[in-house]
Amino acid sequence: MTSDQIRDEVLDILQDIAPDDDVSQLKDDVPFREQLELDSMDFLDIVMELRKRHRIQVPEEDYPQLVSLQSTVAYLEPMLRDVQKV
Amino acid sequence: MIAPLPESQRIVITGIGLTAPNGNSLSEYRQSLLEGRSGVRPYNIRYVGDTLAGVCDYDACRYQKKKEVRRGTRAGSVGIYCAREAVADAGLDWDNVERRRVGIYVGVTEHGNVETENEVYQLKGFDYDTQYWSHHHNPRTVANNPAGEISLNMGITGPHYTIGAACAAGNAGVIQGAQMLRLDECDVALAGGVSESIHTFGIFASFKAQGALASHDDASRASRPFDAQRNGIVVAEGGCMYVLERMSDARARGAEIYGEVAGYAINSDASDFVLPNPDRQVECIEAALRRAGVAADEIDIVSTHATGTTEGDVQECKALQRVFGQCENTLINNTKSFIGHAMGAAGVLELSGNLPAMRDRMCHATINVDELDPECDVPGLVIQEPRETRGVRYVLNNSFGMLGINSVLVVRRV
Repeated sequence: MTSDQIRDEVLDILQDIAPDDDVSQLKDDVPFREQLELDSMDFLDIVMELRKRHRIQVPEEDYPQLVSLQSTVAYLEPMLRDVQKV
Repeated sequence: MIAPLPESQRIVITGIGLTAPNGNSLSEYRQSLLEGRSGVRPYNIRYVGDTLAGVCDYDACRYQKKKEVRRGTRAGSVGIYCAREAVADAGLDWDNVERRRVGIYVGVTEHGNVETENEVYQLKGFDYDTQYWSHHHNPRTVANNPAGEISLNMGITGPHYTIGAACAAGNAGVIQGAQMLRLDECDVALAGGVSESIHTFGIFASFKAQGALASHDDASRASRPFDAQRNGIVVAEGGCMYVLERMSDARARGAEIYGEVAGYAINSDASDFVLPNPDRQVECIEAALRRAGVAADEIDIVSTHATGTTEGDVQECKALQRVFGQCENTLINNTKSFIGHAMGAAGVLELSGNLPAMRDRMCHATINVDELDPECDVPGLVIQEPRETRGVRYVLNNSFGMLGINSVLVVRRV
């Protein structure tokens, strides 16, 4: 997956988690929590969806990497580089 | 005769919010009941396949964000819709109601089956590896969930819990609310019952295995208590919540009053897991009448529990025959014939279907009785067409459940 495809994938996950918001308006370099009403359960939803969709395990110590769209894409890039977009 | 209670101990219904398979407000629902409109339709659920159910179509997003709907349960959503509608209907100045003095008492037949089945179903896709099990599972399945979601949505900080009472739960929720008001545990009780049961395949499969799941080519004719051709229960979802207040508080704010919870009783058969016991039903009905201080022949409408099973309907009719057999003016009907069996909501929904009779003086019918079972031929049974009454002062509502729990409410016109 390219970084643009990973970005789209993260946005897709976020749209499911925050269906009342328009995630297409998110700023890449601003933390999610400053732009969306996300709590810890929502955050766990992101982790779970990555696990379900791509078998990616995000260890708890890496959770801070998922703070914004930009940091999340950067974190996932090495893991998803060789994965084909379905 | 029991001495009248002071108004601070008399509990009245001042708001009704509901969703039923044939109406999303009391007026819609009542109109459907008077016009003979069923809410049962074809339905499909995993593993069981094509069947029938009473399905609600209320607008969940009227009072919840999409995110709340996604995170919560159907039972919670039904409860929120009904509680919000009840508060609006009661005309309470909600912004100025002290939220710590509001109690939430929600009757449920079961809770957690839907959410557990969904999780197990999706877990199958991951070869039952539990690291794919949702972190939402516990908050969705704790037994207080349907009441807790109402608390979260409405910012209510008084007590909230559910009352598990099988299919007697709707009445039990109202009884609990009335008791808590009398004990001064709250000033406003949101009380009633909810059902999300059509979303669990297990309840359909279990009734089917028991030979108690209704089937019919015409969905609207499948729920047929008292009819000779009845063949079981139509499972329904729904909910109904009341605003209950002390009569003194309701009068002080000039509230419109639907009726007074004049009498109630809950007892147990202690005889069988599923088969009803007419002796205990009679005792329960008579205990509620005693508490209300009324004689059987003062009851204008008896709203029956009958679900459309062969045995259950006959047993209830035996009990009714014994208590009301000599009452010339008491009419008897059944709301499940329209909506199916709304489980935890059934008792309170069925009572609500009959409360408007205190104003419009009509007793709604029991539909789908094409050939009355001779064993269900109790005097006063209103079948096929609604009947004009002599005026309705008292409604008595039966609601019974598995493991032998009986509940009866008597509501008096104020």
